[in-house]
Amino acid sequence: MQDSSVMSPADIRRAVTRIAHEIVEHNRGTEQLVFVGMLTRGVPLAYRIARAIAEFEGEQVPVGTLDIGLYRDDLGERGASVNIQPSQMPDIAGKRVVLIDDVLYTGRTVRAALDALIDYGRPERIQLAVLVDRGHRELPIRADFVGKNIPTSRADDVQVRLEETDGEEYVRVAAVEEAEAFR
Amino acid sequence: MTTMRPLETRAAEAAAPFAAPGAEEGAWRRRHLLDLDDFSVDELDFVMRTTDAMKEVLSREVPRVPALRGTTIVTLFYENSTRTRSSFELAGKVLGADVINVSASGSSVTKGESLVDTVKTLQAVGADVLVMRHNRSGAPYLAARHAHCSVVNAGDGLHAHPTQGLLDLYTMRTSLGDVRGKRVVIVGDVLHSRVARSNMWSLTALGADVTVCGPPTLIPAGLGRDTEGRLPPVRVETDIDRAIEGADVVMTLRMQLERMHGGFVPGAREYSRLYQVNAARLGLAKPGALVLHPGPMNEGVEISHEVAHGLQSHVEEQVQNGVAVRMAVLWLITRGAGAKPARAAARGSL
Repeated sequence: MQDSSVMSPADIRRAVTRIAHEIVEHNRGTEQLVFVGMLTRGVPLAYRIARAIAEFEGEQVPVGTLDIGLYRDDLGERGASVNIQPSQMPDIAGKRVVLIDDVLYTGRTVRAALDALIDYGRPERIQLAVLVDRGHRELPIRADFVGKNIPTSRADDVQVRLEETDGEEYVRVAAVEEAEAFR
Repeated sequence: MTTMRPLETRAAEAAAPFAAPGAEEGAWRRRHLLDLDDFSVDELDFVMRTTDAMKEVLSREVPRVPALRGTTIVTLFYENSTRTRSSFELAGKVLGADVINVSASGSSVTKGESLVDTVKTLQAVGADVLVMRHNRSGAPYLAARHAHCSVVNAGDGLHAHPTQGLLDLYTMRTSLGDVRGKRVVIVGDVLHSRVARSNMWSLTALGADVTVCGPPTLIPAGLGRDTEGRLPPVRVETDIDRAIEGADVVMTLRMQLERMHGGFVPGAREYSRLYQVNAARLGLAKPGALVLHPGPMNEGVEISHEVAHGLQSHVEEQVQNGVAVRMAVLWLITRGAGAKPARAAARGSL
């Protein structure tokens, strides 16, 4: 096992600030915008982006939190968690929803989130912002706003740690040796 | 989410639950829910937290999620019930499961089929969960021993009613927060009450100070004097005024009319004079103490009309919480680490 830090706290801060600017630019302002952070680490990211926008635009974008546990398709498989939290969703009907998560990988989590979102109402549109896109999509899903593209092998473990949830801050790729991966 | 508080505060609040202890993956390993007598504090907390999420689902305009799609739940009731059965049925449907109701009177049970054979038949038909009510204590244990599927005890004889215990706990925690150190009084026919038994186990496990109160003929032998841990550590009090004084929760049990004929109490009027929870007696409890009743109520017998429908009554809330708690239970036993692996594999992806 060999570790490499690919994003420092400063890198994460810059990526969040850039995503915040891109969201405002792309949507020509903040009107009708709603952020939905996906539990767990999408939530602090959503608040950070909202805070950045509040600083440079003077507008507060509502932030909701979404747990997609009841919508997953991998339940019953090894490692699937039954731990679920209550979602806290603002009204999203007719709104421009930006779904926010830490890592985009197979796209299955986002697929579940889309199902969940639509149960809360019919948004005008849904966009996706992620801190890290590590590739290996299994569904036709792409992110509108990406902090950093990190090419990985499927065996790699992409670890995002944020102060609010983990008490430390970095993005790291733990490269699992092939021999270990196929054991 | 509509009111605007400082973003920092809200971020901290939103992040808070994740640090909660005992929330680690795989904290749930049970396939069956038979009683609460062996539940750990972590397990009870985990069910309560899961119930919070289920309450959110129920609060939506269209309360329906696909969590248990493809799962078949069979309710098998050998005793009459409206609220428990409909509560389980609704819980299953909100989670997207298929629910089949079987009552003993309309099934092969009347033709002499044994419990084990009935369980095996329902399993062969495709039941993933068997929700079972039976008039004999221990019947769900027998079913669980012979079943590959999950068994949920929806009340067995005088023994246990675990989902009622969980929904009572949830209702108390919603109003009181932690139940540790809180004074809970259970009044009535404790001897014949599976609700009281399940509640005594969960509440004492969480450190609540539990007193049971009723006529000496309706208190289980040895309760309050057991030192070997075979019975829950509760206090027994036959004087209702002394029992209720300073209570945070007054839980009233149903006084079954057939017990009058069994010679346990002289009559309904005598019983209500000595043990009815009425306004005067409730006044001895802490101000705002919660009044709970598992239903169905005999108003005028174990509980007065004004208390049953008064401001301190949480009876309706209990019924609403019942659906959420049963959703949590169904979710955990079928999707947790204890679930039968074959069923999980049989579930298609996407």
